[in-house]
Amino acid sequence: MTTTEDLIRTYESRLAEIEARLARVEGAQAPAPRAARRRGTGDLRLGVDVGGTFTDLLLLDEGKGRIFTAKVPSTPKDSSIGVLNGIEKICREAGIRPSEIAEVMHGTTVATNTVLTGSGARVGLVTTKGYRDTLQIARSYVPGGLGGWVIWNKSLPLARLEDTIEADERIDAKGHVLVPLDEKKLRKDLEKLAETGIEALTVSLFNAYVSDIHERRIAEIAAQIMPGIPISTSAGTMPEMYEYERTETTVVNSYVRPVVANYVSNLQTELKDQMGDVMLQILRSDGGLSSAQAAMDHPVNLLMSGPAGGVSGAKWIAKNAGFDHLLTFDMGGTSTDVALIEGGEARTRRETRVGDVTVRAPSIDVRTVGAGGGSIAYTPELTKALRVGPQSAGADPGPAAYKKGGEEPTVTDANVVLGYLPADAKLGGDMDISRDLAAKAVQKVADALDKTVEEAAEGIIAIVNENMVGALRLVSVEQGYDPRDFALIGFGGAGPLHANALARLIGAWPAIVPPGPGVLCAYGDATTRLRNEASQTFVKNTSATSDREVGKMLEELADRAAQDLEDEGVTRSEQETIYQIDIRYAGQGMKLTLDVTPEDFQREGLAGVEHRFDREHEQLFTFALDAEHELVGLRAVVQGAEKPFIGRDYGTAGPDASGAVVHETKVYEGGQWHATKIYDRAKLKAGNRIPGPAIVTEMDSTSLILPGHVGVIDKVGNILIWPEDHEKAR
Amino acid sequence: MPAKIIQTNDTPFHRVPVDPITLDIVENALRNARTEMDAVLFRTAMSPGIREQHDAYPMIANEEGKMVVGQFGSFLYGFMQGYEGTIEEGDIFITNDPYSCDGAVSHLNDWLLMMPIFHDGRLVSWAAMFGHMTDVGGKVPGSLPTDAKMIYEEGLIIPPSKIFRKGELNDELLALMLANTRMPEWNKSDFYAILASLRLAERRVRENIQRFGVDTYISAMQDMLDRNKLAMGAIIKMFIPEGDHKAYFEDWIDDDGQGNGPFKIACSLWREGDVAIFDFTGSDPQSLSSINFLLNEEMFKMFFGAFTINLFDPQILFNDGFYDLVDVRIPPGCILKPKKPAALSCRTHMLGRIFDLMGGLLGQGAPDALNAAGFSDSPHFMYSGFDRNGEWFQLFQIGFGGVPGRPVGDGPDGHSLWPAFTNVPNEFLEAYFPLRIRTYATIPDSGGAGLHRGGNGITIAYEMLEAGEISIHDDRWLTYPWGVNGGEPGMRSTKTLERTDGTKENIPSKCDRIKVEPGDILHFNTWGGGGWGDPLQRPAEKVWDDVQRGLVTVEGARRYGVVIHKNKVDEKETEKLRAEMARKRGDTKLFDRGFENLHELKARAKAETGFEPPKDPEFFAMKQAAE
Repeated sequence: MTTTEDLIRTYESRLAEIEARLARVEGAQAPAPRAARRRGTGDLRLGVDVGGTFTDLLLLDEGKGRIFTAKVPSTPKDSSIGVLNGIEKICREAGIRPSEIAEVMHGTTVATNTVLTGSGARVGLVTTKGYRDTLQIARSYVPGGLGGWVIWNKSLPLARLEDTIEADERIDAKGHVLVPLDEKKLRKDLEKLAETGIEALTVSLFNAYVSDIHERRIAEIAAQIMPGIPISTSAGTMPEMYEYERTETTVVNSYVRPVVANYVSNLQTELKDQMGDVMLQILRSDGGLSSAQAAMDHPVNLLMSGPAGGVSGAKWIAKNAGFDHLLTFDMGGTSTDVALIEGGEARTRRETRVGDVTVRAPSIDVRTVGAGGGSIAYTPELTKALRVGPQSAGADPGPAAYKKGGEEPTVTDANVVLGYLPADAKLGGDMDISRDLAAKAVQKVADALDKTVEEAAEGIIAIVNENMVGALRLVSVEQGYDPRDFALIGFGGAGPLHANALARLIGAWPAIVPPGPGVLCAYGDATTRLRNEASQTFVKNTSATSDREVGKMLEELADRAAQDLEDEGVTRSEQETIYQIDIRYAGQGMKLTLDVTPEDFQREGLAGVEHRFDREHEQLFTFALDAEHELVGLRAVVQGAEKPFIGRDYGTAGPDASGAVVHETKVYEGGQWHATKIYDRAKLKAGNRIPGPAIVTEMDSTSLILPGHVGVIDKVGNILIWPEDHEKAR
Repeated sequence: MPAKIIQTNDTPFHRVPVDPITLDIVENALRNARTEMDAVLFRTAMSPGIREQHDAYPMIANEEGKMVVGQFGSFLYGFMQGYEGTIEEGDIFITNDPYSCDGAVSHLNDWLLMMPIFHDGRLVSWAAMFGHMTDVGGKVPGSLPTDAKMIYEEGLIIPPSKIFRKGELNDELLALMLANTRMPEWNKSDFYAILASLRLAERRVRENIQRFGVDTYISAMQDMLDRNKLAMGAIIKMFIPEGDHKAYFEDWIDDDGQGNGPFKIACSLWREGDVAIFDFTGSDPQSLSSINFLLNEEMFKMFFGAFTINLFDPQILFNDGFYDLVDVRIPPGCILKPKKPAALSCRTHMLGRIFDLMGGLLGQGAPDALNAAGFSDSPHFMYSGFDRNGEWFQLFQIGFGGVPGRPVGDGPDGHSLWPAFTNVPNEFLEAYFPLRIRTYATIPDSGGAGLHRGGNGITIAYEMLEAGEISIHDDRWLTYPWGVNGGEPGMRSTKTLERTDGTKENIPSKCDRIKVEPGDILHFNTWGGGGWGDPLQRPAEKVWDDVQRGLVTVEGARRYGVVIHKNKVDEKETEKLRAEMARKRGDTKLFDRGFENLHELKARAKAETGFEPPKDPEFFAMKQAAE
């Protein structure tokens, strides 16, 4: 059995490798001092979220306490065009010059879509001799329980076996070279591999988490043989034990890398053209921020970037409104993302899943269904059942009502037919809506079902709502949560139209429509706290180290993390530091991460850490052991100050909202037409009550309050929708 | 006499109507609790068998002991019938004795913990979990001695006992159990990990009751069982024709590790009214070595249910509700119902073979739904000794082979047919054991040829870094994983030990205490899955893809009638070869076992495998010993 001393030696050598590598990486790239980036003329923050249909922007002017929002159509062929259009528009409306923007925080679905549509790079893979089948065998796991193998088909690996070569080399578990790299043979094999037309390369060698000396050498050689092909090494992407998980994660990184790198670098160049010295940051799947360069090198961390922005935004708004148990529901043009927030924190997971692909990168637990405003309704010939989605009219041609040539009936068209989306409401400010075209499209479904056009439209809405309820159940009921204990926050372009109906279906009250629901993701992007961390693997039994040794290392880590943040313009006095210590009982496979303040560590030392671990272990698992404690990793996390709430002043007013009525119309619900008032959201004040049925319009979206419900405006401008007889509705 | 359940509250439960949403929530909450039980276990256990490979199974049952969520069906009803004592709040039961729980666990390595869950003085549910301990004492490291003649040689037997009595740990019993294992640290941690999982289930059950009320909770579980019975009733009627015709199938495990074999298991299937009857009459009598498998009838029902539900409607939640619809008949004294004190430790082969048997049995009536053979490839590798610092090391590892070709497609290469099982990452092995894994790859051509190819087996090259002993438990070295609907059998398993002086020796499929020295390399080659459908119909470009991927060789492509020449498919030659093969072969066979009869198979054993054929088993002596 490997002794503790061996393990320590193993990890010490690994540590030395990692540090040496870091030093090399930093030395090689010699980044300009980051403080310089902050020397722009302004201090405005811009959040940008690129969705499938619209690109949303939100400008935060902290100094003057103002926010601006804008919405422009997305440009799927080159998303950066849409972003630049949006920037032009928002600057015009805010009356500022682009150069006054100091930071751009961006959530993007570019990496996700690359995986979902299978449009990533052709990836070549270099493994250690004897391990070319690592992805083919994976972990031998077959999903589905007893008998699950009968129906399960495995999808092809993202780096195909025919594009996989073996390097003749071997490093042992302690990091020693057992078999030196056969460079001559490798060159030959790489030359052949280059000819196959691969577009990205992964180098993932056995035991590379201990020493990546051969991975680096292979990367050097490959760079000569295939210049221009991006190379990802497993130790550079995820330096953790377990060959399959590390290889898969690195291959996915390679798979999305050309597309993401191309996009981010174009965007960065164009932003600099317009704004001068601006700092671009990309939102990561776990809700943190990544520099543009890190995003280009490690796009595997961005697979949930888009949805993470929405969840962050929802969390932030709801917190300011006093709700911390939330189901979030972000309905866009092509899909809907849902997540669960408990006690003010979004559930996160250690891995990220997109479609069939699972990688070792932390992410917010977001589930997606193919149901959105653009989802197409149809009736299969055989069954004549009414189906909605997952096919979508997307941004182009879009729903029939948008007059861009769409002819298929979509969810948006059904909303138009029913009067929920009044034909004179503006979408994105510049888009007309035609009820006639919408009705013509929905008529197709009505004819097939032998129903009136209104009945058909109500059917479409009922089905798409049911699909979304399925996703909400995944994050609530199926995780053991009762949706009735949560409030439901609906956002995205179409969320506010459906929030009331969904809340009614699952009993989650109130339904919250935040201010600026169409740009909430961008809100999340813009308000994300700057955060930096420094960590190191440190495997040692607590009895073999001391408070002094560990304390010193933590201080150094904190200093490193703080320095980076300071370079980004956050002074030390604005920073908040927390230590994280990964610890377990020696012999266990898992580890728990304990948060400890520097003050607490100073006072209690390792004995305190052990005590907390025992307590936490007992709380989580009902028992503690009298076994040795083993430290696994040390980390210091430094965060900038939380952003203060900036929003309009909604004043205080009585329940009467009639001053905000701008129009009379009618909506069809429950099989009949109801006379309905349209309210201008900009004129609503805190305390106003809006009796349903009612429609509330604003620049970027439209909210629907159903008959029998009431909308109450709260102090931060949310519409809280309750059943009118609900005890809290009063 | 059944156990006496002590309740301080004797109010009966009332069956109440449960609205569909509440039912869904209870169902999902319990399903999720089961997943959480697994998560807690894997995170806190220490033995690689549980921590990395997940050889452990959780369950939540209703107050009567019927499994509501879980994997292998409930044995609690049987336990409650057989246990002569009280069941009280705060009690937790432990056993590893197959003979005193009707085979709910089938060898001594599996420690089974059962916890009654009380609420307000009444028994409302059960939680249970068993896990495979790396070692429970006995004559060999790993406690799976191939040559055991009686169960007493296989480790410490714990009859059903209270390890917790009214909330108090019976620490002397635990100490006794830990004193009888070579790996006390692992067992202790795994024990507590299982306990933690049960406590978590208890918490979840109580939360449900608080949320919905006890009558609603109890009624919801009953509704779940009823729903399952309804669904399975329909499936049984659809799947198994009523009438005089009895389906029959047989299969073998190759040997008992003592030079005897093959051993036959046989089963007939028919339906009488709503009830499906499985009759194992015709199976061989129990063996003198440890390959016997004490098959719990309820567990077999669960195997059957899982298998058919996946074929017909994977959405159906799978529980004990349908048990009345299946009648399982196993003659006492046969290899599937051995009498005490028959040895049981190496039952893994027979346990797996049951699935091949069931597949062949059910599939005859519906060839389109029939899978090829290959189930049960979960061979064991054990390696132990004292390292150069005098510290004891001991590894128990389960390997995987090829998944059979199936109606839905090719069998995956080197995957597990057991639910939740995963392999042990080789980097983990190298970091924690004196081993170097030189090769971990699929074996080209080992999957049976077919329209849907059988999955390839795996070759693992273990280099030992310390002197010690190895044990192997494997099978299908003689009989083949059969192909169906024209598909060919998969390749057999082999094991070769390569010594530092370059000599190589074949290692038998079942052996213990083979001495190894540093630098010795064991090549462990698992078997491939059988093929499904006519290989001559497999599109040539698919065969070519496999060749380019190194999964089929150029020579192996000829089994599909595909000729590869100058790095591409030679279409003309392929057409010619396929026509010729089709003519020679004639009609395709429903089953292709790769041999005509056992006699013929044995005659070529030596030439093909290097081993003398096993002797026909003699049953007389054991029957006497058992009686």
